[in-house]
Amino acid sequence: MGLLSKKDSKLILDPLADNNPITIQVLGICSALAITAQLKASIVMSISVLFVLGVGNVVISLLRNIIPSKIRIIVQLTVVAALVIIVDLVLKAYAYELSKELSVFVGLIITNCIIMGRFEAFALGNGPWRSFLDGIGNAAGYAIILIIVGFFRELLGSGTLLGFPVLGDPIDKTGVYAIGYENNGFMLLSPMALIVVGLIIWVQRSRNKALIEDH
Amino acid sequence: MSKRTDSNIYTVLFALGMVIVVGSLLAFAAEGLKETITENKRIEKQQNILYAMGINENEGNSANFVSKDRVGEEFKNYIKDQLVIQNGEVKEDPVAYLIDIKKEKDLAKNEDYSRRLPLFIGEKDGKKFYIAPIRGKGLWDAIWAYVAMDENMVVQGAYFDHKGETPGLGANIKERFFMDDFIGENLMSNGTFKGITVSKSNGDPKNEDKTDNEVDAIAGSTITGDGVTAMIRSELKLYVPYFNNLNN
Repeated sequence: MGLLSKKDSKLILDPLADNNPITIQVLGICSALAITAQLKASIVMSISVLFVLGVGNVVISLLRNIIPSKIRIIVQLTVVAALVIIVDLVLKAYAYELSKELSVFVGLIITNCIIMGRFEAFALGNGPWRSFLDGIGNAAGYAIILIIVGFFRELLGSGTLLGFPVLGDPIDKTGVYAIGYENNGFMLLSPMALIVVGLIIWVQRSRNKALIEDH
Repeated sequence: MSKRTDSNIYTVLFALGMVIVVGSLLAFAAEGLKETITENKRIEKQQNILYAMGINENEGNSANFVSKDRVGEEFKNYIKDQLVIQNGEVKEDPVAYLIDIKKEKDLAKNEDYSRRLPLFIGEKDGKKFYIAPIRGKGLWDAIWAYVAMDENMVVQGAYFDHKGETPGLGANIKERFFMDDFIGENLMSNGTFKGITVSKSNGDPKNEDKTDNEVDAIAGSTITGDGVTAMIRSELKLYVPYFNNLNN
């Protein structure tokens, strides 16, 4: 990353692995469970959060010296809600199809703990550029997990990826279904998202012992 | 030493200022874009109605509407009549498709009010389609549909949509693999209205049996599926007298 100093590139790279918002900080779990039954929904959600967190972090960072500390959480919530609503209105007017696709996600973006978490933990104490990088990094870290979970849940639950039947037709018994393979309907339900996230956490911590906490 | 931003006066003034700025920003955006958004919704209704009667640009497995710039013209071409049924009386109304079903359902909670039921009559290749807009409840929020029927209440096509069902699960009611199953299903059974049940146990995943009043449910979306069943049963039932008259 020639463009960024070592410290700045750490802001982007850390949340991708060793300080991942989902697997290490355990934030944003709710949406990770709710919308990962399909890969496409995971990707749409990831892009939305990337945008909101990037812009929101910059806005909060610019306002950081004038926000009264007593009501800072309310201010953060107002900023993110206003941002999301305005984007939604603009999409409804100029990209109606896309806005229909996103409609369900709007509420989920506002309540995503990662957004409030980064506002609180980073943007309130850092300049706009670094806050922007932090926002992008954390959203990307969130995106990686969402996409991994979405990939496995859609593949094993529905036998498709992005809607394309990659394993054959379960009803006509073609592809792997011909030899007796069955889709696992349980993968489509939220508890399996939790288990997949748990498996990712396990793999990650067994590869990097430094991440294991002692109690 | 306490900071300037810690004082109560500052906090209250900041909160006030923020509310005014954000409030007016949102009001300004909503008001400024209202017209375009309403127009988009109007076009979408026309696209939905045409979709139900098979005027669409479906490719492969994806559901595609008639394009925005052509929909007005196609709507005029194919939709021959727009009716409003109220209290058993049938009237023509050239903008019946703009009737807000949600509002009508709310008004109908008052027993003195008899609901206005819009019905659109389309014609394609000499065949008549009767398209009814219906609305119900899914798991999280509203679901609605446009159902095209022939004069015997056999479904010829359907378009389902929802406000906030779970992506990948309940939201799949607007996917073709679900909507297309309704085509050919009979809403009547031996002369009485039975509706169509979204069934988890009909043992007919390919939906070959068109006389069982059942379609195959989507895994993981039981409540949305039950909502579809309930919506079809309660809403389309209201149209039965019209179809009975039609056939007599």
